[in-house]
Amino acid sequence: MHDLIQYVQSYLDPNVKVTPGAAGNMFWAFVYIMLVFLGLSVAVIAMNWLERKILAHMQVRLGPMRVGPHGLLQPIADALKLLLKEDLIPAGADSFVFWFAPFIVVLAAFCVFVVVPFGPQHAITDMNIGILFMLGVSSLSVLGVVMAGWASNSHYPLIGALRSSAQMVSYEIAMGLAVISAILMTSLNATGTGTLSMIGIVEAQKAQGEWFIFKFFPLGLIAFFIFAVAMVAETNRAPFDLAEAESELTAGFHTEYSGFRWSLFFLGEYTAMIAVSSIAVTLWLGGWLRPFPNLLNSPTWDTLFSYVPGATFLFLAAICFYNVARMPKHPYFRIQTMGLGAFGAALALIGLILFIPVVSVRVQDIFWFTAKVAGFQYLYIWYRGTFPRYRFDQLMHLGWKVLLPLGLGVLILTAGVGLLQIKS
Amino acid sequence: MTPVATPFFFYLLAATMLIGGILVITCKNAVHSALALIVTLLAQANIYLMLYAPFVAGVQIILYAGGIMVLFLFVIMLVNIDRAMKERQFNSQWWVGIIAATALGGLFIAVYTKGKSIFPERIPSIAEGENTQRVATLLYGQYMFAFEIASLLLLVAIIGAVVMAKKRI
Amino acid sequence: MDALLHITTLHYLVLGAALFLLGVIGVLTRRNVVIVLMSIELILNAVNLNLIAFSRMWGGLHGQIFAIFVITDAAAEAAVGLGILIAFFRNKETVNIDEVNLLKW
Repeated sequence: MHDLIQYVQSYLDPNVKVTPGAAGNMFWAFVYIMLVFLGLSVAVIAMNWLERKILAHMQVRLGPMRVGPHGLLQPIADALKLLLKEDLIPAGADSFVFWFAPFIVVLAAFCVFVVVPFGPQHAITDMNIGILFMLGVSSLSVLGVVMAGWASNSHYPLIGALRSSAQMVSYEIAMGLAVISAILMTSLNATGTGTLSMIGIVEAQKAQGEWFIFKFFPLGLIAFFIFAVAMVAETNRAPFDLAEAESELTAGFHTEYSGFRWSLFFLGEYTAMIAVSSIAVTLWLGGWLRPFPNLLNSPTWDTLFSYVPGATFLFLAAICFYNVARMPKHPYFRIQTMGLGAFGAALALIGLILFIPVVSVRVQDIFWFTAKVAGFQYLYIWYRGTFPRYRFDQLMHLGWKVLLPLGLGVLILTAGVGLLQIKS
Repeated sequence: MTPVATPFFFYLLAATMLIGGILVITCKNAVHSALALIVTLLAQANIYLMLYAPFVAGVQIILYAGGIMVLFLFVIMLVNIDRAMKERQFNSQWWVGIIAATALGGLFIAVYTKGKSIFPERIPSIAEGENTQRVATLLYGQYMFAFEIASLLLLVAIIGAVVMAKKRI
Repeated sequence: MDALLHITTLHYLVLGAALFLLGVIGVLTRRNVVIVLMSIELILNAVNLNLIAFSRMWGGLHGQIFAIFVITDAAAEAAVGLGILIAFFRNKETVNIDEVNLLKW
């Protein structure tokens, strides 16, 4: 028993500056896995609500308003509804493959988070092949899509699956080229060797004093742009959602799915969105680094920036309280008002906890990473509200004839400029 | 970090690979075969990790499981396999194949039982942290020409595949 | 028992040999071209496993480099093989390898 406590405590030693996986501490690795899993589930629920509300406000509607104050409980109600629905397996479907396909999508999406660095030591593990692992595992989700489409034994899902596999395989190439040009930038140090490790990539950005999006302007920006387009295509989201285009294919590869298994596809899609956004954040936007870590590095700025997480939550709480004051004063709305007030109070409590110095020092890396990823999630919703859907030949044209040559050009130019910099 | 419970993971992964391999060559449905092959390939990627070859493991996942097998599944969906499923699965010379394979297996067993002492017992350890960097140094240094020839091979393969699969050239 | 629990290079080689045999049986006995191609992938993977086990045994990385080349080769082979398969299916409406007999006379 004593040994066990010592084992658990050995990781909390401030001298340990590595991830639990790299330190070989099973207990904390398990705790981190659970935390990431919990955080992702909450994030998917929040995304569901936010997507509906933001899309609604973009179209000058109100969105969900009835279930809970401002529809806050709507995702939970939807999840319950999906769990209670009948789980259909169509006649003639290949039942094992049909049963197994959604799990592949979800597993591939969640496995990626093994190497995502939320902070210099806040990752489950740090692999030598981090980014390669991420790209590889996230590309496995296409297998789930293809299996789902084929096993349904129906025309729309099959066409959706074929479209989706062609699209994902094509855009993976452009994505890989953009990633390689970012990895090349990590080798611009004294030793001349780069790294594939996710934590190493962010450390390289810190050492070189700029995010890779601004490196060799505009080369880093173009590479980032290629990745930002390819990642939308990779996750089958609007405007590249041809695999589930409802006007052409009803719902694409998951037409025949219902209930729990449909919700697994939904979970997988949103987790994959967060996963590719975290790749983009890690490679180009400085990962967990706060804005201007080198320029404004006096202790005053450090303390000032450490207040930002708490202040953000207090700001959200203030919005809640403002809306509590705006609620109709009719007795019918009493429970809704109280619920909104309680939600605001919870947010304010979290904000106040984040002001405690011990907590804020440990949490601010995670906060900055999450904030950047959240920005990407907003972009995804914005795209969906703005862009019309591509036609399939246009999609292939964009992938193979625009993004691929552009990516190759950026790669060659990055290598050339980097060589010049090393020479001088 | 050093690997833990090596025998357990080795036998687990080996069993997965062998069952997957058997399913690949016995399944009636080509899609089921492809899925079994994917399981085999992923288990093999884990075996590579156990052998301190993380870069090859990553390449195995991204190229084999994510690239080649998707191509296989794509083609299986393009061709109509319903007829092939109703036909006889094994050809008429299947017993010749089995005998040849058994002979080959006997050869393997003979070689490995005779040559057991050749393989050193103690395995020298390689630092895992530098694997990718060292592979890159070798690949772009000593094996430069082989690497270029491989890229030429891929170019030829792309052109060949396009010529074969296109209806009218 | 100790020989079973102490994993050495030989264990990996035996696993590779077993996979190789499975691949050979698949190539020699199946009639479906797609499955024959997949059996070839099995054979290539068995080779890769051997290469990497040997690379670990000698503590060098040359085996891993060879494995990467073999994977490249497998990708090229799969692309061309599946291209031929599609051309064949377009002409004969079947994926049965016994009917690939146009060069027989």
